[in-house]
Parts: sequence; structure tokens; C-alpha cells
Amino acid sequence: MSKTYYDPADLKKFGKISEWDEELGSKFFDYYNSVFEEGALTAREKSLIALAVSHVVQCPYCIDAYTKDGLERGIEKEEMMEAIHVGAAIKGGATLVHGVQMMNKYNKLSM
Amino acid sequence: MQKKSLSARKNNLSNPAEQLKYLSNGIFGAGELPLFQDKAEKTGAFPLKPKKLEILQINLGYMCNQVCSHCHVDAGPDRKEIMTRETMQLCLDVIKKSEAHTLDLTGGAPEMNPNFRWFVEEASKAGIRDFIVRSNLTIIVANKKYYDLPQFFKKHNIHVVSSLPFYKREKTDRQRGSGVFDKSIEALKMLNAAGYGKKDSGLKLDLVYNPAGAFLPTNQQAMERDFKKALKQDFDIDFNELFCITNLPISRFLEYLIASENYEDYMTALVEAFNPAAFQNVMCTNTLSVSWDGWLYDCDFNQMLSLKVDSKSQHLKDFEPQLLQKREIRTSQHCYGCTAGAGSSCQGSVI
Repeated sequence: MSKTYYDPADLKKFGKISEWDEELGSKFFDYYNSVFEEGALTAREKSLIALAVSHVVQCPYCIDAYTKDGLERGIEKEEMMEAIHVGAAIKGGATLVHGVQMMNKYNKLSM
Repeated sequence: MQKKSLSARKNNLSNPAEQLKYLSNGIFGAGELPLFQDKAEKTGAFPLKPKKLEILQINLGYMCNQVCSHCHVDAGPDRKEIMTRETMQLCLDVIKKSEAHTLDLTGGAPEMNPNFRWFVEEASKAGIRDFIVRSNLTIIVANKKYYDLPQFFKKHNIHVVSSLPFYKREKTDRQRGSGVFDKSIEALKMLNAAGYGKKDSGLKLDLVYNPAGAFLPTNQQAMERDFKKALKQDFDIDFNELFCITNLPISRFLEYLIASENYEDYMTALVEAFNPAAFQNVMCTNTLSVSWDGWLYDCDFNQMLSLKVDSKSQHLKDFEPQLLQKREIRTSQHCYGCTAGAGSSCQGSVI
């Protein structure tokens, strides 16, 4: 067994998850591929969203994959960094907005 | 960034045999990745045979004013291999003999060949329909003697195909050298002023995009859309088409892949992206490549790997179209570069 939880080489094996459940695996990858096709959003825009979300969910495989995908699409590093800040802002905001819940509870319990 | 060619640095990889060894050993030798031949045989169309000859691509010499880090030719100011007028005369004889309708001049910087203009004028007289010059752009502004190149191209209705790796300064300069982007923009403006790339002028200006790093090019149409928008908005530049070209693991790009420890991942990406449809349309099936000293190759990449055509007709001096038509095209692992994804050729994607 690997001594670390993440191995970059495992990204290439992603498709293998279908081997243990062909039906659900195929459904997932069909869905995944459809999501990233050009639609109301361009494939380029979707790639940037995926990069931001990859950081928010802190998935090292996704970060590798969508940094490379962005380079291939001609996305520039400034755009990539801005996208990550959007993710960071939402994640930070999501933490902070719960401060209102804390304040509500504090006030309710306090005389 | 290197300022000299592999050849001037006496680097091991300047030897084509060493490159071929590299491309056949390692992950391919160990069987981790399939050899190109094994993969291609599964399509049922191997060995590759030529179709009708359409393009004669002539390399006028390896001398160039730039030392780009991805260059498969290992071109540079220190390369002295240049086609002589005698060899050009042999090319003209072959043009008359062959059925090729397109003459594609490449290098190095083909314009640096002292007989470049003479050759173009003579070839024009020989009745070539489509005349391509692969210009690195910066040569046009490199020296006063080249300033009138746009007018010269126009006079002979030459189709100009120019390298511009990206529409932004940073990536372009990282691949092609400091200051290259600004000079390229200046040259593009001169070409536009001569009518190149302008609607209804009939003067064709295409650009070539190739990735500035160890990754593959993506959708050609989407990239063309981005290039057109950015160049128009930022510099008021127009052009016709964008060709996306995959970097092949040859010469300086191979050196870069090895030095940056990207070689195995890059080759894996190429193999995984092997596309049988692209394989059917590879450019070596309708092109012949001629080296500065008159030898014949299936493509410019094979030329750099010293893989001469597998035929008794190997040189301009003994050019026999029928014999050449019967040959089998020579391949190695570098060929994965032309069959990945939408395919890659000197005319961009192939499907």
C-alpha cells in the first residue's frame, strides 16, 4: 500500500471505478462529459469554474487536471488565480456568515 | 532560456540516433506504453502508404534569428546548414516533374537564405498554385533588408503562415525569447498594412499556435476565436486562420521535456489521445519534405531524426514519383504527436 493517501498516478486510474460498478460508473462519466460540453457556458468558462471548485473541495487530482485543462485552453494564470479567489471568498464568506448564527444564539442565551 | 542550439552546445540530443534511442527505450522499451507501430497496426491501416502528393515542403536551411525552446529543428543563428542555389535548381526540376500543387517553404527562417527571393521568383514561374512561406515574423523587422518582405510576399501572392505561440507577451517570450512578442506584433501590423489577413484582399495570413509547455493543444476553433478577439482588441490585428500544432518530442522540445521531468507524462498523454481518425489523415501521406542538402523525407520531423524516405528515390537528384508513391512511411514514437486528439500537421488539426 502507498504510504500517502494521494498518489498523482491514481488520477489516470479514475476510469477504473467503473470496473466495480459498470452501470453507475458509466452513468457518472456520461454525465461528467456532458456537463463539460459547450452549452450556455463555454467549455473555457466551465474549466475555470471547475478549477475554483477543485480548490474549494481541496481535491489534488482535480487541481492537477484543471490546471492542465486551463493551460490547454489558453486560460492565463491571472484568470486561474482570480477564479481561485472567487472560491476562497465564497468559502471564507460561508464561514463568516455563520457568525450571524453565533450572534443569534449568543444573544438568545444571554440576559 | 538557451541562446545556442543543441548542436552548438554539443548536446547529446543533437544526434538524431540518440533521440531515436530515447524515444524507443524507457517507458516504451519497458512496455509501459505501446510502440507507435503496435498502436497503429490496430487501426488496420499500417504500414502507412502515401496518398496523392500534394505538398512539397522544402527546408531552406536551419539558420534562424531565434532560438525557440520548443524548436524541433534545433534552428538558430549558429546553424550554418543552408540550401544552395544548385539544390534549389534541383527543387525546381522536381516541382515541374511532380504533381504537387503546394510549395511550402520552411526553415529555420527561410527568408535568411541568401537565394530565397530568387527561388521564390523561379518557383512562381514554374506554376505553383499555393505558395506557403513559414515566417517566424520577427525576421521581417530584424534588419532593414527584410523590411520589404510583406511587399515581396504580396507580389508573388504568397500565403504567409506565421508562428505566434500566444496572444500575450509573457507566454510568447518565454518560448521564443525576450522581445519576440512585440516584434511579432510589429511584423503582423506590417503584413496587415500590405493587405495580409484583410477581408477580400486574397492575401492569406494564417497563424500557428503551439503550446508553451508540456501540454497538448485544445480545440482549434475555440483557440482561433480567442486569438482573433484578443489580437483585434489589443492591437487591431487581423488574420485568417489559426493552426493548432502539437509539439513533437524532438530536439529542443525533447530536451525541455526531459529536463523538466515531463517526458513520461507528456508521452503518456500523447499515447492516450491517439485518435485513429487523425491517424488516417496525417500529413506525411500527402507531403514530401526536402532537406537543405536535397534529401527526401516523409515529413520535417523525420528529417530532423535523419529518417530518409524508405525508397530507392531518396534524393532530389534521383526523384522518381512512381517509386516514391510505393514507399512505406517511416514512423517512430514521435508520430504520436500527429495523431493525438484532433491530430496535428503543418496545416493544423487534421479532423
